[in-house]
Amino acid sequence: MSWEVVIGIETHAQLSTASKIFSGASTAFGAPPNTQASAVDIALPGTLPVLNRGAVERAIRFGLAVGATINRRSVFARKNYFYPDLPKGYQISQYETPVVLGGGIDIVSPTRGPIRVRLTRAHLEEDAGKSLHEDFHGMTGIDLNRAGTPLLEIVSEPDLRSADEAVAYAKTLHGLVRWIGICDGNMQEGSFRCDANVSVRRPGEPLGTRCEIKNLNSFRFLERAIAFEVRRQIDLIEDGGRVVQQTRLYDPDRDETRAMRSKEDAHDYRYFPDPDLPPLAIDDAWIERVEASMPELPEAMKARFVTEYAIPAHDALMLTQSRDMAAYFEEAVRAFGGEAKLVANWMLGELAAWLNREDVHIGEAAVGPRQLGALLTRIADGTISSKAAKQVFDELWREHPRGHPVLRAEGAQFSVAGEDATPSVDRIIERHGLRQVSDEAAIGKLVDDAIAANAAIVAEVRAGKEKAFNALVGKVMAASRGKANPAQVNALLRAKLGAPS
Amino acid sequence: MTAPDTVTAQAAALARGDCSSVELTQRALDRIASMQSLNAFITVDTEGALAQAREADAARVRGTAGPLAGIPIAHKDVLMTAGLRTTCGSRMLADFVSPYDAHVVGLLKRAGTVLVGKTNMDEFAMGSSNENSHFGPVRNPWNRSLVPGGSSGGSAAAVAAGIVAGATGTDTGGSIRQPASFTGITGLKPTYGLCSRYGLVAFASSLDTPGVFAHSAHDCALLLTAMAGHDERDSTSLSHAQEDYARDIDASPSDAHKPLAGVRIGLPREYFASGVESEVAGVVDQALGTMRSLGATLVEIGLPTVRHSVPAYYVIAPAEASSNLSRFDGVRYGYRARDYRDLDDMYRRTRAEAFGEEVKRRILVGTYVLSHGYYDAYYLKAQQVRRLIADDFRRAFAEVDFIAGPVAPTPAFAIGDRRDDPVQMYLGDIFTIAANLTGIPALSLPAGFTRDGRPVGLQLQASYLRESALLAAAHRFQQATDWHARRPDLARVAGA
Amino acid sequence: MSLSLDDVRRIADLARIALSDDEAAGVHAKLASIFGLVDELLAIPTDGVEPMAHAQSIALPLRDDAVTERDERQAYQRVAPATDAGLYLVPKVIE
Repeated sequence: MSWEVVIGIETHAQLSTASKIFSGASTAFGAPPNTQASAVDIALPGTLPVLNRGAVERAIRFGLAVGATINRRSVFARKNYFYPDLPKGYQISQYETPVVLGGGIDIVSPTRGPIRVRLTRAHLEEDAGKSLHEDFHGMTGIDLNRAGTPLLEIVSEPDLRSADEAVAYAKTLHGLVRWIGICDGNMQEGSFRCDANVSVRRPGEPLGTRCEIKNLNSFRFLERAIAFEVRRQIDLIEDGGRVVQQTRLYDPDRDETRAMRSKEDAHDYRYFPDPDLPPLAIDDAWIERVEASMPELPEAMKARFVTEYAIPAHDALMLTQSRDMAAYFEEAVRAFGGEAKLVANWMLGELAAWLNREDVHIGEAAVGPRQLGALLTRIADGTISSKAAKQVFDELWREHPRGHPVLRAEGAQFSVAGEDATPSVDRIIERHGLRQVSDEAAIGKLVDDAIAANAAIVAEVRAGKEKAFNALVGKVMAASRGKANPAQVNALLRAKLGAPS
Repeated sequence: MTAPDTVTAQAAALARGDCSSVELTQRALDRIASMQSLNAFITVDTEGALAQAREADAARVRGTAGPLAGIPIAHKDVLMTAGLRTTCGSRMLADFVSPYDAHVVGLLKRAGTVLVGKTNMDEFAMGSSNENSHFGPVRNPWNRSLVPGGSSGGSAAAVAAGIVAGATGTDTGGSIRQPASFTGITGLKPTYGLCSRYGLVAFASSLDTPGVFAHSAHDCALLLTAMAGHDERDSTSLSHAQEDYARDIDASPSDAHKPLAGVRIGLPREYFASGVESEVAGVVDQALGTMRSLGATLVEIGLPTVRHSVPAYYVIAPAEASSNLSRFDGVRYGYRARDYRDLDDMYRRTRAEAFGEEVKRRILVGTYVLSHGYYDAYYLKAQQVRRLIADDFRRAFAEVDFIAGPVAPTPAFAIGDRRDDPVQMYLGDIFTIAANLTGIPALSLPAGFTRDGRPVGLQLQASYLRESALLAAAHRFQQATDWHARRPDLARVAGA
Repeated sequence: MSLSLDDVRRIADLARIALSDDEAAGVHAKLASIFGLVDELLAIPTDGVEPMAHAQSIALPLRDDAVTERDERQAYQRVAPATDAGLYLVPKVIE
């Protein structure tokens, strides 16, 4: 008794414009209620919408990034319904002719490997305000600061077949909108919200009735909600029932979806072209200008990293999670001048650990790419051991002033802020006496001393016990207080003991 | 000497120093008070008006006064006026004090005009008789038992009664031209988009047009010059180069005897078919005769689809209105019902209690024609018919300079006559609606009277942005006739 | 097309206008006559005719992305029926 799950995702991405889509009020998050709600935003009688060029520009950028068609002529339509956070009693959206049509996004499905998720369309619309249900003596409070914030509604085809795939799609899309700089992707602040359309069917059967789960603002909730909904629908059908088309909400406390109280009469939104807005015209020249200013996209960059830097695909994937990561990597490689793989290891290891621990974004890392490059240079030239380098890294992190960005975005490019890094690395090496001992003669003496002092271990080494060899190396390192060049210790010990390498 | 009661005469008197703006303004305020039975005004701003008048007089002394400085005017109560009540003739906004000025209000204010008050109107501009106002009907100054027309009935009455020399109105289906015809004054609906709609409370967004009432085309030209112009806050506002309409109107014609020589006036056979009251037809015929005597060539033309104007309009306008009026929900401003069970109940009661019958009817019609299953058959269809009508007019204007005809099938009717029959009321819009559907400019000029003294107007329509020519032609007619100089018997008007 | 009393109630619902049974009956009669007028449209041949949504065919003007409005909460909320702590108050919304 197998079931096929069919999922489509609708994403509302808040576009990163300074002002609203149809008014000049600010879109900045966190302002006191209704202090960023202009006459247009609160729908005072007689007010009219005027379209923000920046919103259109971002929509074009998205369309180009997903290989979609940019409609040269698109129409704004009114979606009519009553709700207190919708001041005009209608939302200005796009219906029959959206600004972006088609396109697709490549993802890695946990079950099916690389797949292409097709997009139906993406269109511009305005966000509604917020309802605050905390008690105002039995009333609800309405804040219209968010009303009029530009949204790009991105609709996927129902190409996804599992909750995991849906999450993979959402994460990839999230990375992309941040990559091309059209949305900050801050899900806690509501910049990126997903609705999931879920249905089930027996393989080969026509599509089942779908339910829409609205306003999932974390990947975890997206996964949990879909998982619950799939089970619910399957259980319902297997018990002889029928799935009713409805809108549902996910309750994270109970980990279940439930039907919303019906918001609108059978979704009769009475769409019609907004008479206050003539059709939007986008000419070839505009599209070409946007094309010229597009950054290298993640897919292309990932492929380039593999060939250009000889790093594995998985590393390349991790390093192209964001433009900041990628910029940091390339700058560090440039500063280092050695094996890119080493840079990758350090970024995905030490650096990642520190970013996690301090809960900061890579752009705010205390150790910049040039410093990392300088540090790795000191390993490569034998000045310090890898172990000592970790200590230097920690020191660099601790002493570097916070709040100064190490990367600066300038349109499609990133530049590195901050002064030349080598002096600070060297300073820490000297201050903590981390310079490793690489002098042949000195190490030779330490090795001789260790052999002389540990006859029993030496015997075991001669008997072929690798563990004993490592113990002996450890003795030498300890005697040198960690400063001996481990590679040289290793080599010299083997030579003197005649141990197999 | 009779005090000057036209914009032109008042401007001249102020310039000469024959009177002050304070005097003109006080006289307007006195007239409002003595003619309260007309019910032309909803809000009167005595303090504000006198302060503006004093400022205008001071500007004149300083030498900074423009051509309209100090002239008392009134605004239709559908235009937002900062600090003053803007009610749209509705209970919904009965106590609403606007926080901002409409664009055209701001322009006229900057031109130095003095705002004496806000005029009565059909609720939310929906009506053709000014009987649909929460604040009671307006009475026609020529005969107080008659309607002044609508929806801008208050503005028309205020000018016709000599309270103010000029007033703004808005025209969505004839709401300036028809009251102008019923009250014997000149009313101009400019090209859609020439005057900004920012601050005009929307009824039907693709049809609403701010315009003016005055005693003459020349006066209208003065006021239009101040009101017209691109506004970046209105996405449907035209970027048309500023024109001085009054200066163009004053330009001498090449032949003083035949000032309309070379002008071709089209007479649609559809306008002159049956359905027009004989006295109206008579006045219009005579006016056309005058046009001919001034040198114009009258040409019969056909506008075959114009007869579909009314049904098309009564789909499109209510549809847009139903959406535009959704913002009146009791949440952020305006009326809120006192007793309600929950949010939904609050919406329903607020809107049921605060909207009048006609407004509710049109919202319901509009909601229906946009609803699922009916959109194609009605709304889309009406927009297609609109295109056909626009094509007819475009073809006509390739042949003629103007299109002339009656403004309405009848003169002003008695208050109460058409209350029970909305459709009959709608059919009265037959001649005016097409100019709104197409967006072309049109005006009504006084052309005569019926035997029992009711004014009758002549409508002239022109192609897009041809206001200059339109006003000039009307001006020539007014130089050769004196209908526009007639005034109602004010003693009778001021009666109880 | 014939408009039923149920249609009237449904539209009034969509438009959020309370209508008593008496009112619904009265409105029904008037609406029926209005649709009698409007139904004339249905018979007009319009194949291939482009709908006309705007009086002019102008391109949509665009504004630069700049913050040009400032906080006017005090002025705008002066006309509000009910507010608290800067929020507009409405009867509790239940999802």
